[in-house]
Amino acid sequence: MNTSTTIHTAPPTVAAHRRAKGKRQRHANRGYLFVTPFLIVFLAMLVLPLIYAAYLSLFREQLIGGTVFAGLDNYTRAFADERLRSGVARVALFFVIQVPIMLAVALCAALAIDSGLLRLSKVFRLGIFVPYAVPAVVATLMWGYLYGPDFGPFAQVAEKLGTDPPRFLSADWMLGSLANIVTWEFTGYNMIILYAALRAVPHDLYEAAAVDGAGSWRTAWSIKIPALRPALLLCLIFSVIGSFQLFTEPKLLQPVAPNVIDSAYTPNLYAYSLAFTSQEVNYSAAVSFLLGVVIVVASYTVLFATGRRSRS
Amino acid sequence: MTSATPTTRQPLAGDTTALAPRTRHHRKLADRRSNLLTLGILAMLVYFLLPLFWLFVASTKTTGELFSSFGLWFADDVSLLRNVRETFSYDDGVFGRWLLNTLFYSVVSAGGAAFLATLGGYGFAKYRFRGNGLLFGLVLGSIMVPTTALAIPTYLLFSKVGLVNTPWAIILPSLVSPFGLYLMRIYAQDAIHDDLIEAGRIDGAGELRIFFKLALRSLAPGIVTVLLFTLVATWNNYFLPLIMLNNPNLYPVTVGLATWSSQSAGGGGSTGELLALVVTGSMLSLLPLIAAFLLLQRYWQSGLSAGGVKG
Repeated sequence: MNTSTTIHTAPPTVAAHRRAKGKRQRHANRGYLFVTPFLIVFLAMLVLPLIYAAYLSLFREQLIGGTVFAGLDNYTRAFADERLRSGVARVALFFVIQVPIMLAVALCAALAIDSGLLRLSKVFRLGIFVPYAVPAVVATLMWGYLYGPDFGPFAQVAEKLGTDPPRFLSADWMLGSLANIVTWEFTGYNMIILYAALRAVPHDLYEAAAVDGAGSWRTAWSIKIPALRPALLLCLIFSVIGSFQLFTEPKLLQPVAPNVIDSAYTPNLYAYSLAFTSQEVNYSAAVSFLLGVVIVVASYTVLFATGRRSRS
Repeated sequence: MTSATPTTRQPLAGDTTALAPRTRHHRKLADRRSNLLTLGILAMLVYFLLPLFWLFVASTKTTGELFSSFGLWFADDVSLLRNVRETFSYDDGVFGRWLLNTLFYSVVSAGGAAFLATLGGYGFAKYRFRGNGLLFGLVLGSIMVPTTALAIPTYLLFSKVGLVNTPWAIILPSLVSPFGLYLMRIYAQDAIHDDLIEAGRIDGAGELRIFFKLALRSLAPGIVTVLLFTLVATWNNYFLPLIMLNNPNLYPVTVGLATWSSQSAGGGGSTGELLALVVTGSMLSLLPLIAAFLLLQRYWQSGLSAGGVKG
């Protein structure tokens, strides 16, 4: 805030000072005008459903007596629920394998495009980004056809070669096939975030490094990657959220591989089928709420793990 | 960010000595344009674009040709136009309706979300009102709340007030973009000087007038970024419309295609032709977003750099 005018015109009396401060506070309070519309929608569409889910999860529906208060029964049931646990374990495994691969590919692409060593770098940047604009539904349908044994090109090539077609949709391969779809969809998005962060690294740093005799690899490793830390962290957090709420991809591959993807393949799929197929709304709310807690805990774990490493 | 900066600045002592290695450095860079690296990235590009090429090729084929011809090249007859016509005419032209629904939901949601995020981000960035830090922290923390975990409780709430199976069921939840607000706060912080606001006040302009007449223009790249990314989020959304809507006339194109796809997988005979329509419809539903990203790339790329840097 600019208070220099009062200082220059007259010696600041206490009253004038207080007046200036009051005016400043009055201006500052106009800020509510700007943030209130967002906060109203935020409360109604985010906070309220969250509280409602927590509330619902404390009840139980009974055939006799209707809905009764159940305390934490739904949560003890959820913790002991083998289907939920295997679903959470599956998406955790998915996260541990898929996310490092995706971020490594995105990082390599961003570094390569930023290095100035590429021809046609703009074509590459946009080309790799394009899948992000493809809806998950379309991406999954498309990969489902590509994977498929009927007219997928993999199966066609295998048939030409006289070998067995790869069984992308079998139980053993399914998680990998899903990981491939998600990698295909989101590498470009992460690449763009990392690339944008790279563009903001002051260029004299590179020149200084070049003068010191650092080559492209050395510059990438010692200057660019450390500078990308905050952006990488952002990508990582979004990936935690994305992985744990995996839904669209397995849901759409379900019709082509019904024996592999059951109704509890991922926790989100489970919550969905609980609410809409088995009509267990209260238990579904507990599962949704728990899933939210798992994601927040996982995100903070990532934050703390990376934060501690940077300090030491 | 600054903590990661290595201290290798000393060699750039004088202007004359600094200039010589810089030009040499540039020439060296140009010479070294690496073919190997280009090849590596080219392989990556093939991975990302070949499936889309397949989709395009597949949309030029009839269902029969999908099975009888090689996937990555065109069949003898190109039936693209026929497929497009049939996609739009099947089931009384419901596909066109789905596309319009998607367009409507995403434009209204993205416009509303970007407006709220811009207003709020500007407010959080430029006004030190009481509770600023606390409220912003609350919003920031909510970025981690998974939207799909909210979808089922939101559905239950909406069904109580009769909003289920209306366009509002899709639009209202999509109006909140905590990440958009975060991005706009960072963007407003850097793009708008306090002096500008102060000058506006001295001229006697109200706060809203200052925002709309002075600040909004500088915020444009940030707004386009938030607009595009919320547009994609709504355009691509599947879970929310899947649970909120059961009237096919209200479906967005994602839910519609998924129903066609499960119908075509379900049975042979009359539904067999549907497969070509799912493929063609998929291809058609991509075009608007890809076009939007390509046309507006100048804006969203500069807008993103603000978020990426400080993220």
